[in-house]
Amino acid sequence: MTRPVTSPALDVDSVLLDPGVSVIVCCGSGGVGKTTTAAALALRAAEHGRRVAVLTIDPARRLADSLGLRELDNSPERVEGIDDAAGGSLDALMLDMKRTFDDVVLAHTTAAKADQIFANPFYVALSSSFAGTQEYMAMEKLGQLAACRKWDLIVVDTPPSRSALDFLDAPQRLGRFLDGRMIRLLTVPGRAGGRIGARVVGAGLGLFSRILTKIIGAQVLADISSFVAAMETMFGGFRERAQATYELLRKPDTAFVVVATPEPDALREASYFVDRLRADRMPLAGLVLNRVHRSGSGLSAARASGAAETLAAQGARTAAAVLRVHAERSLVVEGETRLAQRFHAAHPTMPIAVVPALPSDVHDLDGLRSVGTALAGD
Amino acid sequence: MPSKTAARRPDRDWPRARLHIVTGKGGAGKTTLAGALAIALAADGRRTLLVEVEGRQGIAQLFDTPPLPYAERRIAAAPGGGEVRALAVDVEAALIEYLGLFYNLTRAGRALRRMGAIDFATTIAPGLRDVLLTGKVKEAVTRVADGHRVYDAVVLDGPPTGRIARFLSVNDAVGDLARVGPIKTQSDGVMAVLRSSQTAIHLVTLLEEMPVQETIDAVDQLCAAGLRASSVLVNLTRPPLLPARELARAASGRLDVGRLATALGKAGLQNPELASMLAAEAHEHAVRCALEEGYRTEITKLALPTLELATLPPPMDLGGLYELADELRASGVRTA
Repeated sequence: MTRPVTSPALDVDSVLLDPGVSVIVCCGSGGVGKTTTAAALALRAAEHGRRVAVLTIDPARRLADSLGLRELDNSPERVEGIDDAAGGSLDALMLDMKRTFDDVVLAHTTAAKADQIFANPFYVALSSSFAGTQEYMAMEKLGQLAACRKWDLIVVDTPPSRSALDFLDAPQRLGRFLDGRMIRLLTVPGRAGGRIGARVVGAGLGLFSRILTKIIGAQVLADISSFVAAMETMFGGFRERAQATYELLRKPDTAFVVVATPEPDALREASYFVDRLRADRMPLAGLVLNRVHRSGSGLSAARASGAAETLAAQGARTAAAVLRVHAERSLVVEGETRLAQRFHAAHPTMPIAVVPALPSDVHDLDGLRSVGTALAGD
Repeated sequence: MPSKTAARRPDRDWPRARLHIVTGKGGAGKTTLAGALAIALAADGRRTLLVEVEGRQGIAQLFDTPPLPYAERRIAAAPGGGEVRALAVDVEAALIEYLGLFYNLTRAGRALRRMGAIDFATTIAPGLRDVLLTGKVKEAVTRVADGHRVYDAVVLDGPPTGRIARFLSVNDAVGDLARVGPIKTQSDGVMAVLRSSQTAIHLVTLLEEMPVQETIDAVDQLCAAGLRASSVLVNLTRPPLLPARELARAASGRLDVGRLATALGKAGLQNPELASMLAAEAHEHAVRCALEEGYRTEITKLALPTLELATLPPPMDLGGLYELADELRASGVRTA
């Protein structure tokens, strides 16, 4: 399959090399090759002379190895082995969500209070397994990297969320949650007589904390209260930071790239995402259609199957089998083309770049380089 | 050699379980196989419940029905007069139900929901969410009416492989937060069912690098959590189309293009470039098959009952689901 004939081509190089683009966000549903796409884009930009950082979330082991990422590493490390003739460089890092959260805490409070927070069981749970923490911290890390001004371009992979939209919403949700009324009410038992809370919600609070105690136990409530008390200086900060990153994403020097494979579920998610980005007026560069099958011979599946039958009857087993391979592949190509056409019909102006299916996964710089070449349509 | 038939009988016996948890990497067909399993287990007059917990409405899409409410609804008939019901667990509703069941607090629960307090409570204690979801599943598994089990089997369309061990180790999740109290009791009860022989955990994978790696990782993570993976379902397989010797030749690029061209000519395909193009496609096919054989070996090392399910011709619709259910039945899945 190739790009639907009437859809505009996504000019990847003009995005990568545009000095006005300083952030590229790769998003899409799980398993479509977001991380590989992000790494390939970053490598290509670096080899064309830009100073690039790539932030990966959960890379496959061998891909991480190829970038020199041996373990969770919260600060960017130089990637060796790239072609730096054009003066570019590539740094890579793998998000460590807990350490990023720790850094946020440290930036907002004294060392003594930070230690108190780190030892709190509720903080430990929140920073390692809270739904949405990964998304919040990915965006937080992006904000930090952008603030360093050490790179011309930062390429970000997004977490494998339940829904592709989670990464846009989760940071604000967590920010709202941490700054919200409910968590403030919980500080009340720690204060004199609970007067403030009583004035705000009256009898509701009593019922609320009674039930909460029933469900999660008094100890948990006490942990949360002391956590909230220790974090008090930071409140307001969470929502502000989430809002700041959200605004960063809306600036014209950001480019969103939606990644999908030519499969119904992945394209449906991509469609939602495109609609959402448009509705939020986010700068959307285009769609990368990954792992697309091609067939060059122009021989249709039906004709190949017919010929295979004829030849099998004549005893030409190998030729018949080769034709069946072609017929199966053509059917796949036809199906993918149909799906891509439907996506195009729903989003007629959306630029598309097509990356052909490779027989195996990419796990070295050469592989990333050839994905980059395919992305650029060379 | 890879099997020629679509589904081969697993090399070991399937576990006899009443709770079947299906997990897999996104895109591997986890929801589809959970649906097919629910149909297969309902065959011959049985009744099964298919449950989803991630709020994706994947079951409704699969069975082409309107979005499921938080109530058990019949969604499909099974061969031989069985019935499949489905339930999309809503975590807030589950908490209100829990409050009603254990504390007689249904009305207070509803009022708190309007305040946003229920959302808050399920968010604030990370493990609470999973305890409520798995608790609801356990309740359905053990539910009895008129002296009989309501469901012969419950099939859970679970979270993906990357999150399954954490989702199921509810004890650890709440352990840090609640060492005593009702939630602790509840999570102990859930854990007892999950660790018993009543439960089978099926891992859905594809013959591709990442899904296989994640499957292997999930087996280890489950083991570390005191749980056991029960089987591997290898989905969307495609049998090799070339005979063994030609497959080896094609893999190393040694297909005789001249002979191929002559043979194609006899079928009226005279295009001079066609033979080399087809040979190149056959080469890619053979390379792919060799890689898949490698992934098969990796899966075999897990020493779990393994079942391969062939790619069905498109479109994937309800009929296809029943075909998959037949494959599963033929391979011997059964209830306890």
